[in-house]
Amino acid sequence: MSAGKVINGILTSKWTKVVVFLLCLVPLAILVWQGFHDDLTADPITYLTHRTGDWTLRFLVITLAITPLRKLLHLPQLIRFRRMFGLFAFFYVCLHFSIWIGLDHFFNWPEMWKDVLKRRYITVGFTGFVLLIPLALTSTAGWIRRLGGKQWQMLHRLIYVTAVLGVIHYYWLVKSDVRTPLFYGFLVAVLLAWRVGSWLIGKRRQAVAEIARKQPARVETA
Amino acid sequence: MLTKTKPDLTYKDITPKGIYMGRRNLLLGLLATTGAVAAYKKFPNLVAAAGPAASVPVPLNGVGKWPYSTTETVTPIDKVTHYNNFYEFGTGKGDPADLARKLRTSPWSVSVEGEVAKPRSFTMDEILKLAPLEERIYRHRCVEAWSIVVPWIGYSFNVIAKLVEPTSKAKYVAFQSAYQPGVMLSSYQAGIDFPYVEGLRLDEAMHPLTLLCVGMYGETLPNQDGAPLRMVIPWKYGFKSIKSLVKIRFVKDEPPTTWNISAPSEYGFYSNVNPHVDHPRWSQATERRLGPGLGLFNTRISTQIFNGYGDQVASLYTGMDLRKNF
Repeated sequence: MSAGKVINGILTSKWTKVVVFLLCLVPLAILVWQGFHDDLTADPITYLTHRTGDWTLRFLVITLAITPLRKLLHLPQLIRFRRMFGLFAFFYVCLHFSIWIGLDHFFNWPEMWKDVLKRRYITVGFTGFVLLIPLALTSTAGWIRRLGGKQWQMLHRLIYVTAVLGVIHYYWLVKSDVRTPLFYGFLVAVLLAWRVGSWLIGKRRQAVAEIARKQPARVETA
Repeated sequence: MLTKTKPDLTYKDITPKGIYMGRRNLLLGLLATTGAVAAYKKFPNLVAAAGPAASVPVPLNGVGKWPYSTTETVTPIDKVTHYNNFYEFGTGKGDPADLARKLRTSPWSVSVEGEVAKPRSFTMDEILKLAPLEERIYRHRCVEAWSIVVPWIGYSFNVIAKLVEPTSKAKYVAFQSAYQPGVMLSSYQAGIDFPYVEGLRLDEAMHPLTLLCVGMYGETLPNQDGAPLRMVIPWKYGFKSIKSLVKIRFVKDEPPTTWNISAPSEYGFYSNVNPHVDHPRWSQATERRLGPGLGLFNTRISTQIFNGYGDQVASLYTGMDLRKNF
């Protein structure tokens, strides 16, 4: 069996989706395990908030990487995993936000709303979270049909905005060591640049095709 | 034909008897070496611990109880020794507990100089004998909005100041941390300039609450908490309580301070704990108190002005706009 057939077999098997789903839950499992073993540092609320924030950014980056990887590796089957990764990004951001609401501020809504308005890093984080909600709600095939492919695709481009806002949120909360937020920024920039690049190439091909169609047929002279 | 006519093995090819008899030892030796290398790669800290011993805190004797200690619950020692901002040893909260073992704390001397009549150096032995040691349980509030309660050991900084006799020109005190290039991160890696420097106004430095600190929890300071000598100024944000002190200088003008150099709009010279003056990026109205237990619920408390030491220190700032002089 060729390597291509093996890879295709793995990517299209339903068991692969189950395995990947379970792997995506491992970060949460580790945090729960650490909780039971008193291994959440002296400031567990900050630690849990930061870890769930990290995984939100990582899943956003993974989700954004699917489309370029499909094209570059000629593996269209990767599309099967994109929704799962996107929903896991939403899952981890919900955990991140719940920890902030429930554990950190203990449902003190007026204080929290003040924070959202006044602390710019929370403003951008909250905005990024809110923008993901319609994406999570319309993630099913049913919604692609209801909205129509083009509308659905335009709505789901909001993930670009969330990814950028997530990086800025992280950059603005760090005290001095900005290396990790800048690294995520670099990854998001590369993934967005790829899309801009392939859109421009697409436009160029369209333009060339237009010109070719409009040229009259050339006649060879003897 | 089933056999060859000429043998292809000669006497030269016979394994020497010694090696043949010892082949089991050879195999065991190879196995042991492989195991040792694998173990070293997996547990390098065990081997490191076998080398020159990191300075381990030793009990401090004859420590008296200070009558004004807070009665709030003391933070367990393993939280105070495993959650540190000591960027010379890494910017992660758990890094100094691992890496500060490399800090060389002996021999140690502190030089006291500048606008003083009697500049001199002190060794740690001399420092430990200058005044009776007191255990003072202070609240310690980080600018990141978390706080701990720590039983520090030391005596008022003004003891050492009076010994060197500051002149009338001395208006401020500048402090400097040790910088040991072989074992500490570079300024670039940490994101702040080294050596770490701090400063106080003279009256702040001479205030009885300002502690010259040699220990905590009944013992000398662990490396990650600023061994062997540090300052503790409990009414200011924790970054002003400089660690691993090597130089004290009495000066005429307001001295530079590391975090103010790094972000002047965020960390001021005074940095008094103040719930009404927020950090530009986050609120200072509340803090998370790190205490015993897992600490997942109900740890947020209101921040007090001057970290609750207003009765003792507010008079230092009468008439000052604390928002401008943050």
